Amino acid sequence: MSAVISVAPRSMMAAWQLWACAAVIAVLAVLPWIIDPFQTLQISYGLIFAVAALGFNLLLGYTGLLSFGHAAFFGTGAYAAALLLKFLGVKSMELYIVGGVGASLLLGVIMGAVCVRYTRIFFSILALALSQVLWSLALKFFWVSGGTDGLRVPTPTLLGGLVEAAADKTAFLAHQYYYYVLVVSLAAVAIMWLMVRSPFGVALQAIRDNEVRAEFVGVRVRRYRFIAFVASAGFTGLAGTLWVPLNGLTTPDILYWPFSGKIVFMAVLGGFRTFLGPIVGAFVYNYLETFAVGYTIYWQLLLGVILVVLVLAMPAGLVGTAIQLFKHSRNPAR
Amino acid sequence: MEILIVQTLNSLFYASILFLIACGLTLVYGVMRIVNMAHGNIYAVGAYVAAWTIGLAVAAKFPVAMLFFLLLSGAGAAALLGAALEPTLLRPLYRRAEEYQLLITFGLLLILEDLMRLLWGSHPLTASELPDAFGSVHILAAAYPGYNLFVIVVGIVAAGALWAFVYRTRFGVILRATAQDMRMAAALGVDVKRVYVLAFAIGCFLAGLGGAVVMPISGAVLGMGVDALILAFVVVVIGGLGSLEGALVGALIVGAVRTLGITYFAEIELAVLYLIAAVVLFVRPAGLFGRA
Amino acid sequence: MTTATPTTPPPGGGTPPQRGGDSLLAVQEISKAFGDNLAVDRVSLTIERGALVGLIGSNGAGKTTLVNLVSGLFRVDRGRLSFEGRDITHLSVNERIRAGIARSFQLVNLFDHLSVLDNVVLTVFAREGKTRRMLSPAESDVAVHDEAHEVLRQFGLDAKAATLAIELSQGERKLLDIAVACALRPRLLFLDEPTSGVRTREKAPIMDIVTSIVRSGHFTAVIIEHDMDVVFRYSDRIVAMHQGRILADGTPDEIRANDEVTTTLLGEHVHQ
Repeated sequence: MSAVISVAPRSMMAAWQLWACAAVIAVLAVLPWIIDPFQTLQISYGLIFAVAALGFNLLLGYTGLLSFGHAAFFGTGAYAAALLLKFLGVKSMELYIVGGVGASLLLGVIMGAVCVRYTRIFFSILALALSQVLWSLALKFFWVSGGTDGLRVPTPTLLGGLVEAAADKTAFLAHQYYYYVLVVSLAAVAIMWLMVRSPFGVALQAIRDNEVRAEFVGVRVRRYRFIAFVASAGFTGLAGTLWVPLNGLTTPDILYWPFSGKIVFMAVLGGFRTFLGPIVGAFVYNYLETFAVGYTIYWQLLLGVILVVLVLAMPAGLVGTAIQLFKHSRNPAR
Repeated sequence: MEILIVQTLNSLFYASILFLIACGLTLVYGVMRIVNMAHGNIYAVGAYVAAWTIGLAVAAKFPVAMLFFLLLSGAGAAALLGAALEPTLLRPLYRRAEEYQLLITFGLLLILEDLMRLLWGSHPLTASELPDAFGSVHILAAAYPGYNLFVIVVGIVAAGALWAFVYRTRFGVILRATAQDMRMAAALGVDVKRVYVLAFAIGCFLAGLGGAVVMPISGAVLGMGVDALILAFVVVVIGGLGSLEGALVGALIVGAVRTLGITYFAEIELAVLYLIAAVVLFVRPAGLFGRA
Repeated sequence: MTTATPTTPPPGGGTPPQRGGDSLLAVQEISKAFGDNLAVDRVSLTIERGALVGLIGSNGAGKTTLVNLVSGLFRVDRGRLSFEGRDITHLSVNERIRAGIARSFQLVNLFDHLSVLDNVVLTVFAREGKTRRMLSPAESDVAVHDEAHEVLRQFGLDAKAATLAIELSQGERKLLDIAVACALRPRLLFLDEPTSGVRTREKAPIMDIVTSIVRSGHFTAVIIEHDMDVVFRYSDRIVAMHQGRILADGTPDEIRANDEVTTTLLGEHVHQ
């Protein structure tokens, strides 16, 4: 196995890491005043997909389970908000989040109960298959889901109605909503960071590395995989809920398997054996797709080729490879 | 009575197609311990290539009998594709963690999907000349498409040929030995690399044949690969990954449920199938014929 | 209730500790077949508290299967297992670990991409039931980390605490595997070939560490070994298995004097 980064460095957080985080947050905070609204929206999308990819990677990088079905959770988060609007007239973002995360957690429980009984290949394809079942249901029950037309979700109210969109929707999305997404996604990143460095997180990594040994030190393997699965579902669902007001519309496309593939791709591109990898991968992927879709309709081909090249030549991803190069330059003897 | 006959034949028809796809998947897994996420798209390639060659032949006014042989072109193309892919994309990953195998075959899935779009566009291709050639056959008072019977025959022949190949030929022995214990086989002088390429090519051939044979009825459509993969997966879960008998039995079960589903609960037949798969997994995690 | 006083036995057989201890493990007529192969055939055995038992036998004798059955990796086809008076025949692996049974593996089983320290830290977390904690950093639990360092120190691995498990030498990996099992503070410890695959000169140091920890920690240990020098030197009692059955059971002297054992097994023992 090519070089793998140990994911639990000894100190809580080195001083330079704290400063770097603060700097990044500061930059993100002032961005809407510096760049144009379109670019700000791209950053929003990046943050949202970062949360989705982080959620996914809790399973892959930390628990060793590769899910090709995470579109199901993203889509559930988005549709939950849309359905709350359609059937109950809800406009509050907070309620959307509660509904979206709740629905995703519930779906995670249902899918997880089946999927985590199996590992590796079985798990991966089972996740794919079950998410496809969900997609086919969304299409078939079109009077609920809006079918291929989808459901519209205009701008929600934030902070319990304190903040509402005025006439200019783009300004709202590029400012108020941007900050909202920023705060929520930073909170999500922080929670994920705590989770993976907690005793629970170490237990997950142990399960990933050697499930027999994990069982034999008294870790209940199946139960922990289940918990990780449900947590992962919640995170990705949150991303879906944050995404839908930005996109304005939710369609069955986000429940369809290629969307799961995108999430997988983001994590692998950034480096699934690192914490930051999925975040970086999400941002880079978002720009890549925006560029590629504008350039060619065969963006799936491009994605596929890059994925193949990544696996063969750069399995540690962008962040992972960067860390390797950094370590190597400090210690050429190794 | 007629309905029963038609339903039974429809079930057998679906089962034949499913068997062709699923046994390729299960053969590759049994011998090489690889699950090819792109297997469904190889089935799709078979459909597209067959549609294309037949389209050319029809334009060139070939006799209809010839067109049937051209179905094999789809299978052949799939086999060649497999023979090219195994040494280049899969072999480098045998020593690595399984995730990479899944990731690379998923990448392949994306590539093939768009390559088919690139080569043949987004409109479905078909070859209606073949079903037309068969017309309808009368069984008791029911009229049934003759082409579907042809497909059932192809399925039976393929099952028989595969069984004979695996259990009655010298290479079949080598195949089974390698499947059981690759290291032992290598130590006994088996060229494992060659066995792997051949096994993979055979698996792809069968999938391609399935695609080619179903194409005159359902057409070569984008997205058919993933739909097929999902169904093939239910088949091997029920039957047991790595077992050819399991693929056969699984195909029959899924074929039957799908036929009933389309008639009686059309909206949710996929969900029902997966419910059945989940029940089987709970009761017998290795599948009906699977080895633990 | 008496426990064995910790003493290091002199080389060459040593005397077993007081046999007044109550039985820790009772194995009654257990059998296990894999297809046609009867790996364990009506084996009965009791292990007293404080004993250091060597389990010997040729390949395929059923030693590892026996350990697998007691530790819960496999279920018995027939028979009964009791541990500390409690019937554990149908308990899961997890329940048996919680009851106080632990094991090391012949083919080392470690968390390869965690550091040496984290391998033990995780074990202690699991033992203490702390793996449920999701939102507090693992590093902040100083007590657990200190204990992990102490365990590593006993095994001579503390210097390599930050190294990844996969980067250790084979002998070190063996030690870590045993250290992880010991970190569970089990009452019954199974060591499956602790010195196999290890260079000769590393064997004695490993066994010295292991036996001193077992004695001072009041563990009861069953050690599967092929190296007869090791077995005779360190065990209080030896159980010999052959073709799934117990062939003989006694002190090292008794076993050495047993003709059946000598011809069946000791003739095959490899001279170092």
